Amino acid sequence: MSIEFKNIVKTYDQSPVLESINAEIANGEFFAIVGPSGCGKSTLLRMLAGLIDVTDGVIKIDGQTVNNVPPKDRKLTMVFQDYALFPFLTVEENIAFGLKARKMPETEISQRVTRAVDMVGLADFRSRKPKDLSGGQRQRIALARAIASDAKICLMDEPLSNLDAQLRDRMRTEIRALQRKLQLTLIYVTHDQIEAMTMADHIMVLNDHHVQQIDTPLGIYNHPANEFVANFFGSPQINFLSGSYKEHEREIVIDTKLRLPIQNQLTKENYLVGIRPNQLDFQIAKNNGGNASLTDLTNLGSQTLLTARLDNGQQLRLTKSEQISMPINQRIDLHLKGQAFIFDPEKKNLAAVSVGVDHG
Amino acid sequence: MENLTQWTANRKFWHYALLIILSFLILAPFAIGLWTSLLPTADISSGHLFGGSISLDNYWAALTQTPIIRYLVNSVLISLYTMLLQLFFCSMAAYAFVFINFKHRDFYFYLVLSTMMLPFEAEVIPNFQTIKAFGLLNSYTGMVLPFMTSAFGIFMLRQAFKQIPFELKEACDIEGLSHWQFYMKCVLPYSRLSLYTLAAYSFLSAWNQYLWPMLTTFSDNIRPVQVGLRELQSQETFNNWGMIQASAAIIVIPTLIVLYFGQHYFKSGLNEGAVK
Repeated sequence: MSIEFKNIVKTYDQSPVLESINAEIANGEFFAIVGPSGCGKSTLLRMLAGLIDVTDGVIKIDGQTVNNVPPKDRKLTMVFQDYALFPFLTVEENIAFGLKARKMPETEISQRVTRAVDMVGLADFRSRKPKDLSGGQRQRIALARAIASDAKICLMDEPLSNLDAQLRDRMRTEIRALQRKLQLTLIYVTHDQIEAMTMADHIMVLNDHHVQQIDTPLGIYNHPANEFVANFFGSPQINFLSGSYKEHEREIVIDTKLRLPIQNQLTKENYLVGIRPNQLDFQIAKNNGGNASLTDLTNLGSQTLLTARLDNGQQLRLTKSEQISMPINQRIDLHLKGQAFIFDPEKKNLAAVSVGVDHG
Repeated sequence: MENLTQWTANRKFWHYALLIILSFLILAPFAIGLWTSLLPTADISSGHLFGGSISLDNYWAALTQTPIIRYLVNSVLISLYTMLLQLFFCSMAAYAFVFINFKHRDFYFYLVLSTMMLPFEAEVIPNFQTIKAFGLLNSYTGMVLPFMTSAFGIFMLRQAFKQIPFELKEACDIEGLSHWQFYMKCVLPYSRLSLYTLAAYSFLSAWNQYLWPMLTTFSDNIRPVQVGLRELQSQETFNNWGMIQASAAIIVIPTLIVLYFGQHYFKSGLNEGAVK
């Protein structure tokens, strides 16, 4: 089942929540909608489900306009943040609830319920009430409900935000596997960029009522459309430095030793430069030379996080994939080894990409 | 340290002493009532409360010589009808105030709430006129009709329904449940503690009604116990106090049963929404 948003607008009491949202979601795709809280991502999901009216624009499911189709005829299921379980029903009854409401024959309901509880590993808990189960198990009931339904579109509204970190990791893989197995078209709303990066085929980044970018996870990481997207994705966060454009040399100068060559012609004088922490490298400076000094160093075992201050006062983070021990205040020579994103100072969009030189 | 323990022990002693005296004061009338119901009327009127013979004669007399059984049946029926109707209408109204968006919803809710400020005595005359105009005086319907719903019940259930996560409503919308189905399959079972509380509360308040049945009932066939009891006293030229006491003891029994089963819900239900 493919889904299409065309010029979707949503306003509450004249104040806009979403403006000109356009997107196409292919059949069987895992589509993540990501953005900070309050950006309207849940609103968009609820409009697709038919729980909220669309102010303007068209939503199509399988090529058919569904703006006026009631939720139950849109052939979709939804997994909620707080799971929306009925506390007075057992696990089994909770899963069967929607099927009964749709007047499915009794034998088919029990078949589907059995298959669903087996799939999420709750077979031993069929007759328990939700309050006797742990958070992770409740989450599984909600998933089982989506599995039991024959709908091919599944909407998830931050389904993992109430779980602890370890469980979240496991559920991520499980949801992804389920989606593939059942060939669901899954629309997944989250504020967690890692969830989006690890699970999705395509990501829609929402902020400030607008779509910022729609791309694959790597596309978003490697070619962020603007400053917001670059800042939102990637952990540790990207560094933002100010640099000035020298037209003659065709480079952006951050400080005397950190110069970024630019291919295309730029028009303004000052630009914002985004450099991911893993795109920077350094050597230990000789004779107190160098252009920065180390201010902090954390060894995580698999990688090392460092913070350094440039001589012109700008702070930046960098990561190295080996274990390092170095004294604080060590003078270093910082240079770019990979990409740097040059953002327009006013429009905040990507103006150019600089590819640094790996000094080895 | 020893002083302190001494002091707390002293304080404890006085606390308990005060509590014992107070509970004695409160329980004494009940105890005296129960005791006198076992004594012959002659002993009661002459003031010989102790030393006489005690028996269940008064109870037997009350059950056989007075229409008290009839009164009890009337009361049970009236209270049950009132309770069921209140549960139904209050929950429907509360549902609308929580789950249906209509214009000026809050205004109407406050309008309903404001009727809680009016004492029932102020509504008695218009209500009487209405019931009389319908020709429903001296009937069960006339006894139940003015109490089919209550602002308090609506208020209490609205608070309870507001505790239901809105996601449940959304989940039911996706499965295509109508308002009625959502109300029956989700809202009522979710809030059953509050419903029990309201049931116990409305049953007891209907049971304890006095003014309204006194005004609108004229025959023993319809009269509930509270008015019936008063009737027992005035009918008899010679007041058979022992028997009246016994009747009073009998009519307390259903109240005690409801309270016994309802007290748990009473506590938790009345606080619901108030304490979060």
